[in-house]
Amino acid sequence: MLDELYQDIILDHYRHPRGRGELEPPKITQEGFNPSCGDEVILDLRVQDGRIQEVRFHGRGCSISQASASMLTEAVKGKTLAEARALIQQVLALVKGEAEGDIVTLGDIVALAGVRNFPVRVKCATLAWHTLEEALKQAETAPTTV
Amino acid sequence: MATMTFSIDAGEIRGQFPFFQPHPEMRSVIYLDNAATTQKPYAVIEAVSNFWAYHNANVHRGGHGAGAKASELYEAARERVAKFLNAREPAEIVFTRGTTEAINLVASSWGEAFIQPGDEIIVTEMEHHANLLPWMRLAEKKNAKLVVWRITEDGRLNLDDLRTLLTERTRLVAVAHISNVLGTINPVAEICRLAHAAGALCLVDAAQSVAHMPVDVQAIDCDFLMFSGHKAYGPTGIGALYAKRALLETMPPYQMGGGMVQTVSWERVVLAPPPAKFEAGTPPIGEAIGLHAALDFIDSIGRDAIEAYEHELTQYALERLQEVPGLRLYGPVPDRAGIFAFTLEDIHPHDIATVLDTRDIAIRSGLHCAHPLGERLGGSTARASLAVYNDTAHIDALIEGLHQVRKVFGYAG
Repeated sequence: MLDELYQDIILDHYRHPRGRGELEPPKITQEGFNPSCGDEVILDLRVQDGRIQEVRFHGRGCSISQASASMLTEAVKGKTLAEARALIQQVLALVKGEAEGDIVTLGDIVALAGVRNFPVRVKCATLAWHTLEEALKQAETAPTTV
Repeated sequence: MATMTFSIDAGEIRGQFPFFQPHPEMRSVIYLDNAATTQKPYAVIEAVSNFWAYHNANVHRGGHGAGAKASELYEAARERVAKFLNAREPAEIVFTRGTTEAINLVASSWGEAFIQPGDEIIVTEMEHHANLLPWMRLAEKKNAKLVVWRITEDGRLNLDDLRTLLTERTRLVAVAHISNVLGTINPVAEICRLAHAAGALCLVDAAQSVAHMPVDVQAIDCDFLMFSGHKAYGPTGIGALYAKRALLETMPPYQMGGGMVQTVSWERVVLAPPPAKFEAGTPPIGEAIGLHAALDFIDSIGRDAIEAYEHELTQYALERLQEVPGLRLYGPVPDRAGIFAFTLEDIHPHDIATVLDTRDIAIRSGLHCAHPLGERLGGSTARASLAVYNDTAHIDALIEGLHQVRKVFGYAG
């Protein structure tokens, strides 16, 4: 069970995060926190023509929360807002053990499925994705650029 | 170290706790999260259960025998707390929901009545949010100044620093008896003496101390002291505030309602004397009775014996924790309580806790409701904390677990 949670791919994203950093303005910034464990993920998005052109994250937290954010930056770059929202739902279902259909298309993200056996860790895996959800709400009301 | 002889038989004590008995549907847990809450002995569970089953009635109200019996049990619990803390009289004990409510009571009642703009309140950098946020809010509301007493590099409080912080505007020094993160045992009697010399009052948060060492409010000479039942083998939802009688007399009520008045007419409200003045509404009666049993449990072992035993166990833990490569322990050594906050290599504390959890070892990770202290320490920590039912085998299991944590994260043994 531990092996499934701490797969090499998770530890690799934790130690060598992709998309770590901040964007220059114009950008949308959204903070996400898990107050009970101190996990923190801050997402920077540049949205243009209804598409996520660039995404970066920074913050600190456990391997699961930070690896999940790293995977997120790889997965949502270039996606439309609608595609990103659909992906969020897929990932949330995956980590709760409710995934249906083809999960292979999720790539590295599939590794997050290991948290389904660790109820207290689900919120670590979902933090970045819930933060993205909030960022997308911002994007709808205030696109980064015109 | 292997030949240490201990003054207490922890196995015999675990025998008094259902949590530690074999159960067909539950795995047995090595419980090292006692700073968060302790397990409950049969005696406490039975006392609470007996009350609800056979003596349930409201207190100080009914004209019937059951009500009189409930009142008698409730007031006996207050007398027990007074004796436990060596208060001068039971009227110096106000029952609250816990430490947090007790501090909020002081901040709301005493603070609202006596804090003036420009007054200063000293809090330490190691305070739990419970002894921090009420003072932050009070200072903001009253335009008073919150003064932070910083800790030393090894996680202690330096009395000379306090001497420089105390001014003629200082009204209160609020300090934890034992830090819930660093395990530091603060010299609260000295702190109270310095506060008093400067004309200030002193409040001691004893949440982490009462179950682990003798606490005598007259010897400490604190003005306020509080603790929670659930960290002292008792129920949740009950705690106690000790305050000197003269203070309780002058403080306005915290909440208004039934049970805290003598007479009420449209023209006039005559408040009840303390402690009733601060206990509006039906109190947590069963929980108070459970607390009575918990304090009996503690004193059946003896607080001197508990302190000596946990000190021995702490020294053993300190020695063994040093064996783990890459482990960084926070707080003073060797004189400290059995609370060990640590980090291990670059492994996040939450991940440490998860790996230990799969080995049925319960510890806590995170910022431990002390975010400013967490910032000072550089973020989250893992925390193992002892109680009288722990023994060296539990420490050994923790150490073995930490070696596995290293392995899972790719560090050589």
